[in-house]
Amino acid sequence: MATAMRHIGKPLKRKEDPRLIQGLSHYVDDLQMAGMHYAGIVRSPHAHARIRSVDTSKAQAAPGVVLVLTGADLKGLIGPVPCAAQLPEMKMALRPVLAHDRVRFVGEGVAVVVATDRYLARDAMDLVEVDYEPLTPVVDPEKALAKGATVLHEPYKDNVAFRWELEGGDIKKAFKQADKVIRQRMINQRLIPVAMETRGVVADYKPGEKQLTVWSSTQIPHLLRTQIAAMLGVPESSVRVITPEVGGGFGSKLNVYPEEALVAHLAMRLGKPVKWIESRRENFLATIHGRDQIDDVEVAVKSDGTVLGLRCRVIADLGAYYQLLTPLIPTMTGLMIAGCYKIPAVRVEITGVLTNKMSTDAYRGAGRPEATYIIERVMDLVAAELKKDPVEIRRKNFPQPNEFPYATPTGVIYDSANYQRSLDLALKMANYKKLRQEQARLRKQGRYVGIGLSTYVEVCAMGPSSAMPAGGWESATVRIEPTGSVNILTGASPHGQGQETSFAQLGAEVLGLDPEDVQVVHGDTAIVPYGIGTFGSRATAVGGTAVYKSLLKLREKLAAIAGHLMTEDPSKLVFADKRITARISKKSIAFGEVVGAAYAAKTLPPQMEPGLEATTFFEPTNFTFPFGAHICVVELDAETGDVRLQKYVSVDDCGNVLNPLLVDGQVHGGIAQSVGQALLEEAVYDEQGQLITGELMDYAIPRASDLPWFETARTVTPSPVNPLGLKGVGEAGTIGATPALVNAVVDALSPLGVRHVDLPVKRTRVWQILQKAGRRGK
Amino acid sequence: MAVEIQVRINGKTQQNEVEPRLLLVHYLRDTLGLTGTHIGCETSLCGACTVLLDGKAVKSCTLLAVQADGAEVTTIEGLAGQSGNGSGLHPVQEGFWEKHGLQCGYCTPGMILTSVELLRRNSEPSETEIRHALAGNLCRCTGYQHIIEAVRYAAEKIKRASAKPGRPGKTRKSGRR
Repeated sequence: MATAMRHIGKPLKRKEDPRLIQGLSHYVDDLQMAGMHYAGIVRSPHAHARIRSVDTSKAQAAPGVVLVLTGADLKGLIGPVPCAAQLPEMKMALRPVLAHDRVRFVGEGVAVVVATDRYLARDAMDLVEVDYEPLTPVVDPEKALAKGATVLHEPYKDNVAFRWELEGGDIKKAFKQADKVIRQRMINQRLIPVAMETRGVVADYKPGEKQLTVWSSTQIPHLLRTQIAAMLGVPESSVRVITPEVGGGFGSKLNVYPEEALVAHLAMRLGKPVKWIESRRENFLATIHGRDQIDDVEVAVKSDGTVLGLRCRVIADLGAYYQLLTPLIPTMTGLMIAGCYKIPAVRVEITGVLTNKMSTDAYRGAGRPEATYIIERVMDLVAAELKKDPVEIRRKNFPQPNEFPYATPTGVIYDSANYQRSLDLALKMANYKKLRQEQARLRKQGRYVGIGLSTYVEVCAMGPSSAMPAGGWESATVRIEPTGSVNILTGASPHGQGQETSFAQLGAEVLGLDPEDVQVVHGDTAIVPYGIGTFGSRATAVGGTAVYKSLLKLREKLAAIAGHLMTEDPSKLVFADKRITARISKKSIAFGEVVGAAYAAKTLPPQMEPGLEATTFFEPTNFTFPFGAHICVVELDAETGDVRLQKYVSVDDCGNVLNPLLVDGQVHGGIAQSVGQALLEEAVYDEQGQLITGELMDYAIPRASDLPWFETARTVTPSPVNPLGLKGVGEAGTIGATPALVNAVVDALSPLGVRHVDLPVKRTRVWQILQKAGRRGK
Repeated sequence: MAVEIQVRINGKTQQNEVEPRLLLVHYLRDTLGLTGTHIGCETSLCGACTVLLDGKAVKSCTLLAVQADGAEVTTIEGLAGQSGNGSGLHPVQEGFWEKHGLQCGYCTPGMILTSVELLRRNSEPSETEIRHALAGNLCRCTGYQHIIEAVRYAAEKIKRASAKPGRPGKTRKSGRR
């Protein structure tokens, strides 16, 4: 990138906001069409049962009902929910669109009712009678692995979905040479993503044109289109997927769900537009969950704090079926478990387990928050064991800035970093030394004050296609229209991240225009070239690079035309202020005039094609590895167990930044979701496999009043992986913050001899620990 | 079975026959096409469906349309019309835009209307007061910090506008507290 930027790096307020703040945008449920029908899914109340029979006669006869279908009716008509993951010797656990012989989790679809009105559809759902024969539910993943456990997917003999191992370095030697070995079991609880907009699908079929249009609240319109075509057995060219405004995803909409193919099928079958909107209760039961690991970790250390080796056994609860990426998520934990430390030997063994619950899959961070949690808790365990400051232990094990690109023993190549710099800045912002002094003073008064630290690295900008199940490139077409306005068509599918603004900044920068002159289009497979989508902090680093490269191609063409028109050297032209100007002679021509010439095609350089359109499919050579340091302060209320968050400092390095306002927003939101995981949220299934946290009443996502003021800053270490030096920031907060928060709580409890507290650190848990210690504070 | 109701919505009187069980939010969205009011949980917990009913912020997903009979309702679509400053945006809407108070935008209309009600009750709320006033409106994207800045921006703007009518003046850069 050039040095003096007019638009890149500026906190431009968002172009998407005016429609969103005035109620002028359209989410799926806002679509209204003549003749719209409404679908409702009848779901299993049992975690595990055989379906003896389904009687739909009463529902069929109910007012307004036009169609009722069961799983048996759909057999052979719609393929199963796809899974893109492949692991060696992995069992298949594919989910039918509607269950036909057996249900395997509470919330699995059994029948669908279609009516002319959403209230009438809801009425008729209660009239579908399903005769279930309950089977033993398998809920606890460790019990699911035990001999004699009921098997979910016969004819398989057990519930092991896969075993996956990763080893690098000499792990036996590491443990042999250790002065100390520290062991800890850690729980990474099951979470529910809770995008504020639930899922929803509208489908419409035009039989004459044989065109099926599906509007879905998804993060991956193109992949969804491919999969819907495959599930329905129709040509992909006859399917159009449109993502209208999407009200949050966090990975939960990086998927292909039964309803997306089912509603499309219903629209084709009935010749009417059909709408299905997920209720919040359904969203809890039947949209993917996240995390859910049991991690047994062992660390080999020398007495000076040098970490020699790390061993971890992971039990990953996958739920009953695979969704798009289910089995892959825990492998990300394996890849990132060494964190930002030089650990010469690492061994990870992962067992994926099938249980009678909703599938787990990618929830913001997807495997990396687990890795970071494990390694960052480990660093604090080491510090506690060796009676050293957690800062010192971390510094001791960081690679030096001149060691990048740095290869971990498991073969991951970290692109660029300066872990020391981000940590130093965070310590300075938090005034760490003074915090420790203050803590010592308050401890003398019997108060429970804790300081928590986390230094993280994560893997972003997913990614090189060799490491991605469905390709890791991203597409962008830039088209300059005859009037000079610019359309950027991106294969990424933003849903709150703000790329309509940041890509417009990019366009304005490269072409010397204003961001208002650049329109970003996304989320319509009939308009935008095939793309991969928005997830894995990839939209800016991979998608933005594709945009940038297409812009450069067009700038080159415009320069050639302008040079030809002005008889100037095209390589010595400057694009600024909507003009193209020769650097030396200062001869200048309006941008619009050159665009006009490209379309009029009368004065073009010889052999040049008319028109101004360029497409790039950008394939990254590696992932990027953002990093940072988070520090927080908590005080525990000895009477109630409340964890009071008093200070939060984060320093994040996501490489170069297109729009700092958007980066701050991503960081804040990520930290808030971490506060949820660390202190509030937990998806709980009872022994019968009933989700007892199935509503917002029971599943506590953070409210405004639960959070402190976040003090954020950035260091900038550009990534060498893409020409803009971008790393990505969508998940950093959720990855870095959870361990900092738990480390702070453990630090607060450390005078009581506490070395570890499991997630989530709810007030009941803190209260119990304080009660048990028999030391009610002050 | 249908019941006739008359509601003044965004300054315009609406008269409709509705089923007694029709929820207010469905009346607004489906009957009147005012889809700026969103549904996030159907249980009053998330606040996405917040509208002003006779000036009070209420959750329209757990009110029946018939309960709004004779009342005055303001939705996000009608909010700017009530600011009377001709800018096309209410100061709270402006604050959300200026301070990046939204990402996916789904909670935003409810968040804005709750903020409007807060500022009518309390023209200079502290950070803590804003956090508590917004506790019934959930946002999963922003971590709320920019929303708090947005509310502060609006408070400042409203204060200046009422001090010097017609002259909005310079706005204080909003920092902590």
